[in-house]
Amino acid sequence: MFDLDKWQEILSTIKKNKMRTFLTGFSVAWGIFMLMILLGSGNGLSNGVASNFMNDAVNAMWIWTGETTIAHQGLKPGRPIQFHNDDYDVITNIPGVETASGRYYMGNTRYSYGRESGEYTTVTCHPELNDVDNMVLLEGRFINDVDILQTRKVVVLGKDIHTALFKEKEALGEYVKINKVPFKVVGVCIEPESTRNRNAYMPVSTAQKVFNGSNRLHNFAITINGQTLEESQAIEDRIRNTFARKHRFDVTDESAMGMYNKLENYIQTMRIFQAIKIFIWIIGIGTLIAGIVGVSNIMLIVVKERTKEIGIRKAIGASPSSVIGLILLESILITTVAGYIGLVLGTGLMELINYAMIQSAGEAAQRGETVFLNPTVDFGVALSATILLVVAGTLAGYIPAKRAASIKPIVALRDE
Amino acid sequence: MITLNNIHKSYVMGSSKLHVLKGIDLDIEQGEFVSIMGSSGSGKSTLLNILGMLDNYDEGTYHLDNKLIANMSEKKSAQLRNEMVGFVFQSFNLISFKNAMENVALPLYYKGVNRKKRNAIAMEYLDKLGLAPWAEHMPNEMSGGQKQRVAIARALISHPKIILADEPTGALDTSTSYEVMEILKEINNEGITVIIVTHEHDIAAMTQKVVRLKDGRIDEIIRNGDLRAFRHTYNKELETA
Repeated sequence: MFDLDKWQEILSTIKKNKMRTFLTGFSVAWGIFMLMILLGSGNGLSNGVASNFMNDAVNAMWIWTGETTIAHQGLKPGRPIQFHNDDYDVITNIPGVETASGRYYMGNTRYSYGRESGEYTTVTCHPELNDVDNMVLLEGRFINDVDILQTRKVVVLGKDIHTALFKEKEALGEYVKINKVPFKVVGVCIEPESTRNRNAYMPVSTAQKVFNGSNRLHNFAITINGQTLEESQAIEDRIRNTFARKHRFDVTDESAMGMYNKLENYIQTMRIFQAIKIFIWIIGIGTLIAGIVGVSNIMLIVVKERTKEIGIRKAIGASPSSVIGLILLESILITTVAGYIGLVLGTGLMELINYAMIQSAGEAAQRGETVFLNPTVDFGVALSATILLVVAGTLAGYIPAKRAASIKPIVALRDE
Repeated sequence: MITLNNIHKSYVMGSSKLHVLKGIDLDIEQGEFVSIMGSSGSGKSTLLNILGMLDNYDEGTYHLDNKLIANMSEKKSAQLRNEMVGFVFQSFNLISFKNAMENVALPLYYKGVNRKKRNAIAMEYLDKLGLAPWAEHMPNEMSGGQKQRVAIARALISHPKIILADEPTGALDTSTSYEVMEILKEINNEGITVIIVTHEHDIAAMTQKVVRLKDGRIDEIIRNGDLRAFRHTYNKELETA
């Protein structure tokens, strides 16, 4: 029940003992403030790294071929393994594979436009590559299915190639010569996490036809629909088994066929962050406990300091429960208000840092060229930390309050 | 009003036991003005504390207003103190961060009277004791006499049946002491029982009944009519001193 009179009594006590109130409140506010900063920084770091991962699909996987090192089914080691177009059909049909792009590697290719020319990497691909690499198109479009079907001579240039060959000029619709064969520019793109955009993309079917590729493929970039580490490893095993059977190499032969699973990597990194988060929580809880002990300590001193006052109150008719109430409610009021102030200051500071970072980093932060992103604390977490502190503050206040209530009035009155 | 029957009280001080009250039998009627005297260590303050329910006794019986005061919960005794007893102390015992009016009003807070009403009543009592202009002053801004009058106002505000005063004039000069005694007399004239502990004979001589304690026992009780004789012995004591 809300007793206005009781609160007036407590408020007048607090108002007349400002120093004591400040000291009690400060330890609580500081505890919450530090916790907010710690958790905010932890979140910022984790968000930043997570967003860096997000630039490529986190469920991406790359597969490439090499030479066998283990004798298998009577075949000698040292045999080269080569993917072909039918392998592309195989991989797209493996359960768990969402999208796949085959790539035919061309090595350095000479690009020229007018008088400008340079050597760049050509990536030949299916349209699905964009699901894996998450390229950002500045102009035009990416390779599409029609390009593949009609083996169109089209190319998507990286930003650096575009600036080198075209300077300020419009490139879309223009023809660049790639190893002396003219290709139509249909798009300009960048890779978000990279500062070098020196790759050009062309349809794999065109590349095989024009540059003598026959039906050979060098590697696959795929996305999988595995959510957990186990699922993604199962899909990985399925792919490995399928190709081992088809190309007759030992399943355990890592150099016959190499795989890189980004989800595996992502999950492992996130595990590290989980550990960091737990560590931060331990420190944070430690800080909170220090705050609580501070409150308890100060309340003990308060009771000592107020012994005589409590004696007087008891002599003129205060019951033990009213004395407990007086001390306890004062402790609760101070911890709540101070906790709230710490909360507001802590989250406010983190929001301010966030704002400043977005302002200074601008688009770079948006594109994830940062390890620190959105360093804010979940409101629920902040609130429950404050509630925890208030509850603990109550417990911390209860022991001194109980002691205060058990003081005999005569003993208290004798205390000078 | 007050009936004490063979009251014993001892304090445990480490390993030794200090027997302070060794069987007190005492009757005090409604409206009496009693002083308890005795040398230090005679147990007079202990007796007062037992009368005021601030302390419990080991043996015997204590009836206050025909109610046996024994084995009460702290809550019950606090409530009884609030209803029945007003305390006045030697060191005034005002709450230092509350002004005169708030100090006087405090017993009513524990009676559940709302702030506005209790402050108004407190002002009435302060006015009665001539302290109205000092209502907003803090205890450390007042003289000893003023502080003791504030304490008396606080003791009176809950309409107690008994005022217990432990050396009420102990920290005051003679003229202020007499003023305070005048006030206590007036209170007594209104029918409230007043019991004071003092070691000053002239203060005791202003009461109607003097209870002299010696080594935890009642040495003698001097009644109103015998006070002349008491004055005589008092003078003799002065001569020998």
